[in-house]
Formats: sequence, structure tokens, C-alpha cells
Amino acid sequence: MHRLVAVVFALCCAMSTAAEVTLNTNYLHVEIPLPPILSNLDPIPENIGLAGVLTGLKDNQTTGRFLDQKYELTETYVPEGEDPLVAAKALLATSPYLILNAPAEVQMAIADLPEAQGALIFNTSSGSISLRDGECRTNLLHTLPSDAMRTDALAQVFVKKRWTDLVMITGTHPQDVAYAQAVRQSLTKFGLDLAGEKEWAFDADMRRNASQEVPLFTQDFGDYDAMILADELHDFGRYVLYNTWEARPVTGSEGLSAVTWSPVIEQWGAAQLQSRFEKANDRQMTSVDYAAWAAMRTLGEAVTRTNAADPETLRNYILSDAFELAGFKGRPLTYRDWNGQLRQPIAIVHPRALVAQAPLDGFLHQVNELDSLGLDRPESTCEAFQ
Amino acid sequence: MIRTTLAALLLTTTANAGEIWVTNEKDDTVSVISTETLEVIKTYETGERPRGITFSKDFSLLYICASDSNAVQVMDPNTGKILHDLPSGEDPEQFVLHPDDRHLYIANEDDAITTVVDTQTRKVVAQIDVGIEPEGMAVSPDGKIAITTSETTNMAHWIDTETQELFANTLVDSRPRHAEFVKDGAEMWVSSEIGGTLTIFDTATQAEMGKISFEVQGVHPDRVQPVGFEFTAGDSHAFVALGPSNHVAVVNAETYEVEDYILVGRRVWHMDFNEDRSLLFTTNGVSGDVTVIDVAKREAIKSIKVGRFPWGAAFRPTN
Repeated sequence: MHRLVAVVFALCCAMSTAAEVTLNTNYLHVEIPLPPILSNLDPIPENIGLAGVLTGLKDNQTTGRFLDQKYELTETYVPEGEDPLVAAKALLATSPYLILNAPAEVQMAIADLPEAQGALIFNTSSGSISLRDGECRTNLLHTLPSDAMRTDALAQVFVKKRWTDLVMITGTHPQDVAYAQAVRQSLTKFGLDLAGEKEWAFDADMRRNASQEVPLFTQDFGDYDAMILADELHDFGRYVLYNTWEARPVTGSEGLSAVTWSPVIEQWGAAQLQSRFEKANDRQMTSVDYAAWAAMRTLGEAVTRTNAADPETLRNYILSDAFELAGFKGRPLTYRDWNGQLRQPIAIVHPRALVAQAPLDGFLHQVNELDSLGLDRPESTCEAFQ
Repeated sequence: MIRTTLAALLLTTTANAGEIWVTNEKDDTVSVISTETLEVIKTYETGERPRGITFSKDFSLLYICASDSNAVQVMDPNTGKILHDLPSGEDPEQFVLHPDDRHLYIANEDDAITTVVDTQTRKVVAQIDVGIEPEGMAVSPDGKIAITTSETTNMAHWIDTETQELFANTLVDSRPRHAEFVKDGAEMWVSSEIGGTLTIFDTATQAEMGKISFEVQGVHPDRVQPVGFEFTAGDSHAFVALGPSNHVAVVNAETYEVEDYILVGRRVWHMDFNEDRSLLFTTNGVSGDVTVIDVAKREAIKSIKVGRFPWGAAFRPTN
């Protein structure tokens, strides 16, 4: 309550004086080696994340023009093998606002730097559940949904469609293992079971022999309602579709997927964001681009409404009830004040269309239906935000 | 029950012959509904993705924002023929006709621009930089002020129509969608879709006078999203489309209190009245129909199937 009053006070009085406000933000991309995958079809764009930040920056600048508020961005790439903490320290010395595209452990290390205390850092690239749980940091907000939010969304689809007999194929990369673990937790949360689980153990090139190997590999699952793939690097999953022994839907990392963002989202004004992004970048917007856009827009929205540029005012506003971000998902997006996660609907898509949007109708919640996705207040062991 | 109501209506509205024209965003057509029979009597083809729709003052010309054709089309409503296109800037979404019956103020959604077009010379008179995703458009009754609302910038931009320059920018809640001048221009109302509110401004000072929120029983507040709104005779009440909550709210324009909620079709978007404002026609995008509301009784009396994703609505008298 006190916080809200303070925000309103800051707003009214700052607006009347109309002093110029400038927000400098840094974007830090830590490059990581990616293991080879079978298909060459979908290269990862070089400017993934940055393109989203720049789209958000332009949105902020346009709004700022009318309010005498300026936005500036500096982008920094840390090549493989170099120490990201050195770069992070240098950036934090220039601005308390840091948008990160980096692995979870690097993000934790950056958030723990003495230079980062009192800073406002955005995670736009890691779905790690622990970052929203026991390993949360008070100065680290998350615009990318946690893995749990995405797998909870998928579990809601299973419940709704009564696909209760489920099997899973899991890859061996850490991201696959983490996703598979999130799937297991979500199934438990929504009262579902896994009837079978196998590890993907092929080293052959599936582009040539998927039609021979996959039927045999999936035959011993017997009958089931739907198959879940934990293949977050998109290595083998695409070759499983239409090659399974039983003709059943494939979901998870491929097929029917729960995602942050997808080019197939066109409702809720999303077509405008997609077309702005595509015009500027000659490619389609990915989930990481969206999360990066949302981080930049979060800062912009907070500056617009408070006319302030100090991290304490902005952080308080962002975590208050007054904050809402119009994120082209049909509902206002807000932050969970127990772990810094941006609440948001999750799109259930296949490559050609939006199938549904979670939370699905009927999944109720005593406070906010969006909190049926991911770690709810009683579930999260994050204490940094208290 | 509905039939008897309808019969009674038919008797009372014969002096009110007219048509409601509805743009079907995903069918590239306009549907024409008779306000007497409450049936679709004609369907005409338009350019791509028709959204904003309005008539010239004497109803002899129909203007249509054909968004994906990047043009405002001018149609002869008596024949359904497209007479010509007007230059409109890119992606025209919504527009408003100046009281001079000559200048169209057009929101170019993809370009952060408001374009002013002279419908007689068919030339662009001015382009004004506004916020991201301009949409709502209004002109004051005296013609001196035009308003553009921008969805991502979350502002109402106040344009001096003499200089075609902005003279004020006022923040509103998230995703402003529609603007109207009310009470002879003394007040200017703006709806905010994601913010879930209507903001009322004093036109003279551009200061905020009030804010209206909505609460629909059984619908999460996040889904209550005000979009289009229109006023009853004498500006006593506003009927407000609440988007995916599938309700229209009735707001007392004096007390700013919400008096009623009326269940209509899915994703209710824009609306217009018949001539004596006894009936209101709302476009329902997702259900692909138009709901007819008996204004006095505040009841939905009929659904009329139109094309896919009906968006805008405009009335013209035929007697």
C-alpha cells in the first residue's frame, strides 16, 4: 500500500515538472557452444534476442518522444571462452539495467556480483525452474516463462483433451533432461501419469532412416493417448512425427508445443508486433526475441508511468499492482512479486497455427488464472523477494 | 417472447428505415443489414481486410479502410461498386470524417502515422507522427481537434486540425482502442482494451476528469476489455463493447457509473445505432455475427449471421 502511494506521488509530481529522463540499458549476450543437431533446416539467427530488444527500444523511443524521455541501448557479445563476468562488471558500472541472454549459471553469477546489487537484471533466455525457485535473485526478473509454465500449459491440454495415457522420449542434453523433469512435475501437478519413458539413443542420421527406426523404437510403448518429446535443442524430435508405431499425437518440444511466442500468433494485435519485427529483421520473431522485447518494454512502461530512471523506483513500480504490460497475448502481463517471473499466457501451437492458449478454460485459480502456470506463491521456495 | 418483441419493434421502426453496414475483416466483404427486417439484405466485396467504415454526411458515399490493400476505398452504397481508392498511407485501420465532410483522418496502424486525406482532391494533405499502432480516431464537433490513440504508446494524441500538428499527448491505460467526443465536444472519452478502463478528458484542458472500470460477473477482470463505444440520444448513456468478455456495458454518462451488462456474441468490437437510436447493432468478431440490442429494454433481441470477423459498423437511412 505504501509502495503504491509512493508510486502515484512520484507520477503526479514528476509529470508536472516534465524534466527530461534518460534510460540507458545494456544488453549482454553470452555466446555458448551448441552441440550439433541432425537437421540443418533451422539455423539459429545470429541476432536472436538482440532483435527483440531493438524492437522494444524503438517502441519505447517512439513513446518517449512525446514525454521527453530518452532510451539508449548498448549491446555487448561475449565470445565463447571469454569471462562474461568481466563484461558484466563493466556494463553494470555504466547502467543498473542489464538485459541478459546467457545460461542460468552465468545469470546467477552476474546477479551475485557486488556491482549488481541494486541493479535490475532481466533473464530473457533461461527457462530454468531453480532460477524462479531456491536460486532466485532479488535483482533478477524473468520475462521468458519458466520450463514449468510451458509444461503446465501442456498438462492442461492433456487434461482438457483427456489424454491421460502418456509416454515420453527424452534427449540427453541438459536442456532435454531439465524439460523432461519439468514435464514429470507438471503431470503430477495435474494428476496425470507417465505410462512409459525412453531415452533417445541413436547416433545415426535420422534424416535417412527415421521411417525404419522410429516405428520399432516406439513399438514397445504399446498403446497410449499422446507422446511427449523432450528435445529442447530440436535434434531428433522432428523425425519422430508421423513415424511412430501407433498413430498418436506427438507433443512437447515438437508437434503440439507450448511456447512463449510463435510466428503463428496473430490474435490480440500480435500481427502488428510480428510485422514490425519482420520488417526490421527479415525473419520471424522467436520466443527469446519476445522475452527480450518484453524486458525492454517493461522498462519503457515503468519509465512512462513513473517518469523516473532510478532502479529502485522502477523496480517497485514493476512489481506493484499498478504495473501492466500489453504483451499481445490478450491479457495484461504482470510480475509475480514472489519470484520476479512475468506472468503470461502460454501459446499451444503447431507450426502452422495456434491451437489453444493456456490457461485453458476451466483451470481456475483463487487469485489469477495465469498462476495456474508455473511456480505459484505457495510452491516457490524463493525467499529473496520477501 | 422474442418473436412478439420483434413484431412490436417492426411496427415502431417503420418510420426508421435504414441499414447497418458491417465490415467483415476476414472475408473482404461488407454485409448490409436492414434495420427493419433485421436481416442481411446484401453483401458486397471490398479490398483486403476491411475494418474502419463510415459514410459521407449525405450518405451518398461509403468509405472503407481496406487495411491490407493499403487504401481507403470509396463505394457507392446504392450499387456496391467501388468508385475509387483514396491514398491512405500504409495499413489504414480506422478513420474519422471531419465535420467539413471533406477530410478523412486515418490511423496507419503499421506506420505510427496519422494521415489526413482530402476526399475531393484525393490527395494526402498531411501526415502526423504519432505513437506506435495508432487506432482510435475522433474529431471534435467544431472540427478544431482530431484525436489519435496509439495502442502501444498508450496515449491520446491531440491534433490541431488547422496546423495538423500535435498540441498535447495524454497517457491512458494500456492499449487505447477508441475515442469519442461527447456532450458537444466538452468531454473526450478513450477506451483502453488491456487496461480495462474508459478515461474521460476535459477537452478544454486535456485533463483527466474520471475513469470508469468494469466488472462482469463470472469473467476474469483481465478478459473485460473495452473497445468500441457509442452514445444514446442526448449523450445520456454510453454502450461499451467489452471484447472477449462478450458483454456490452451501459454507462451513465453523467455519473460515470456502469448500470448494466448485456450478454452479446463473442469478442464484441464496434457498434452503431439505427436512426432513432432505439436499436444498437454490435459486431462480434469471433462468433461472426451482429447482436441487435433493444436500447430501452437493454436486452439482446437477435443475432444476425454476417461474414467472418465483423469489425466496424455504420448506419445509413434509406427513407
